[in-house]
Amino acid sequence: MVKEITIISGKGGCGKTTLTASFAALAKNLVIVDADVDAADMHLLMQPKIKSKEVFNGLNVAQKDDNICINCGKCYENCRYGAFDPDNTLHPEKCEGCAVCEMVCPVNAIQMVKRNAGEAYISDTRFGPMVHAKLHAGEEASGKLVALVRQNAKNVAKETGKDLIIIDGPPGIGCTVIASLTGVDLVLVVIEPSLSGIHDSMRVMKVAKHFNIPALVCINKYDINEENTKNILKFCNDEGIEIVGKIAYDDTATEAMMDEKTVVEYSDGSMSQAIKDIWQKIEKVLI
Amino acid sequence: MKLKIVVASGKGGTGKTTIAVNLAMSIENAMLIDCDVEGPNSHIFFKEPMVKLKDVSIPAPVFDLDTCTLCGKCADFCQYNAISIIGEKLLFFEELCHGCGGCKIICPVDAITERDHHIGIIEKGGNEKLVLYHGLLNIGEPFGVPIIRKLKGFADDSKTTIFDSPPGTACPAVESIRDSDYCVLVTEPTPFGLHDLTLSVDVVREIGTPFGVVINRDGIGDDRVEKYCKEQNIPLLAKIPNDIKIARLYSKGIPIVEGIPEYKTLFADIYKRIKEVI
Repeated sequence: MVKEITIISGKGGCGKTTLTASFAALAKNLVIVDADVDAADMHLLMQPKIKSKEVFNGLNVAQKDDNICINCGKCYENCRYGAFDPDNTLHPEKCEGCAVCEMVCPVNAIQMVKRNAGEAYISDTRFGPMVHAKLHAGEEASGKLVALVRQNAKNVAKETGKDLIIIDGPPGIGCTVIASLTGVDLVLVVIEPSLSGIHDSMRVMKVAKHFNIPALVCINKYDINEENTKNILKFCNDEGIEIVGKIAYDDTATEAMMDEKTVVEYSDGSMSQAIKDIWQKIEKVLI
Repeated sequence: MKLKIVVASGKGGTGKTTIAVNLAMSIENAMLIDCDVEGPNSHIFFKEPMVKLKDVSIPAPVFDLDTCTLCGKCADFCQYNAISIIGEKLLFFEELCHGCGGCKIICPVDAITERDHHIGIIEKGGNEKLVLYHGLLNIGEPFGVPIIRKLKGFADDSKTTIFDSPPGTACPAVESIRDSDYCVLVTEPTPFGLHDLTLSVDVVREIGTPFGVVINRDGIGDDRVEKYCKEQNIPLLAKIPNDIKIARLYSKGIPIVEGIPEYKTLFADIYKRIKEVI
């Protein structure tokens, strides 16, 4: 059985990608997934060699032929996303692809057309296959692209006999996060002990709970506020959430990034050791 | 009319909220709107609690199954696959529905009406000098954009409005950036910071909003972000040093301009530079 784990944090910049990349270096027989499709960074540490590329069509977008349009105003009246001005001018960038305008147009002046919203890749890295994507600037349907990336990962795992999929999740709690964690076996929540880190991690833990996914917690940069760290430890204790480790603030993370390596490849220091311990604990829960 | 300034960044955790809050606190007659409805953080820097102002809902269909003939037109039409007919059963997946109303229009027997589907709330807070609005997307709800649209409506033309954008380059960030007069892109001088900055620059250029860059945690990493800004003729508005004192204040929810008042000039200068450009 292929196991899937997603690394999330709610707040951005807590160290998701740094940790996920190191886990990928430590794990055996895995597929690496970067599910942060609108600001993907994992490839900067993995230097993937792209083996195949596919165009991602997002939701369709309305296109209007002004030569046919009779300015009846039906599109403007029925569009709920403000994609039409009162004078029936279409703003495709506001279109959410619902196709209501196409349906209500009495003269067929509007057509829903495909929109190339990004690219999905299957690549090779020194740690094994990696599945990732790039959403074009300002595109919608990023949740749909995450779903595609995850499906690709499952296919690759099956074809190549891998038994683990590690998913670097996006920040937030919305569609891309939901798409990255539905149906996985485990989530790891990376918490930075700032008040905002705590606030956002609580929200994303509720999302995991909402979808019935077991969660582990790891505290990153725990020494930037030891008081807050204590509060997180207590909260997790009370809630019965296992804490798999604490990592101190360490410049090694930035240095490794500058060197385009994972922390565990770059150094043998205390941060590297802490990450190794964490991964061991995660493996125990996962397998 | 006063300026609308949005603070955005591709990468999360670069310091958007820090810049937005401290910038707003360094400008006379300003207000703050936190558009990160998935993880709003601006309120953490105010002592006063947020107070609920209103609910945000989107329309969702209600199916009268006695009238429904299971013709399947609604399921065929729905672009989000929120409706499906399996055998003699109509299934509706509320979390996939965007509330477009198409199913209601296409139903030949008028079996569909609409009700409000609650997706989140808007709250008001801040203090007597600086009003703050933010939104909270309900847990498990995927789409925060309707809340962001409502939030933007609270901008008061008689005040300089600072918007705190969610991270990324997808629809929530685009909705937050759109309609602003200026965009401050926050980044850090690391490979991740640079890469995500280039993505944000693509987005802001496409929207057409004038923009400049603030480098946060200056001192870590290298000078590639600065070189990139020079090459691209992007104004560098400020550099905020990598200072453990700032990180500690942040972790406790204390604004920099309160904890280290010397920084007030830096933020006031960012605003001055923006005003010069526009």
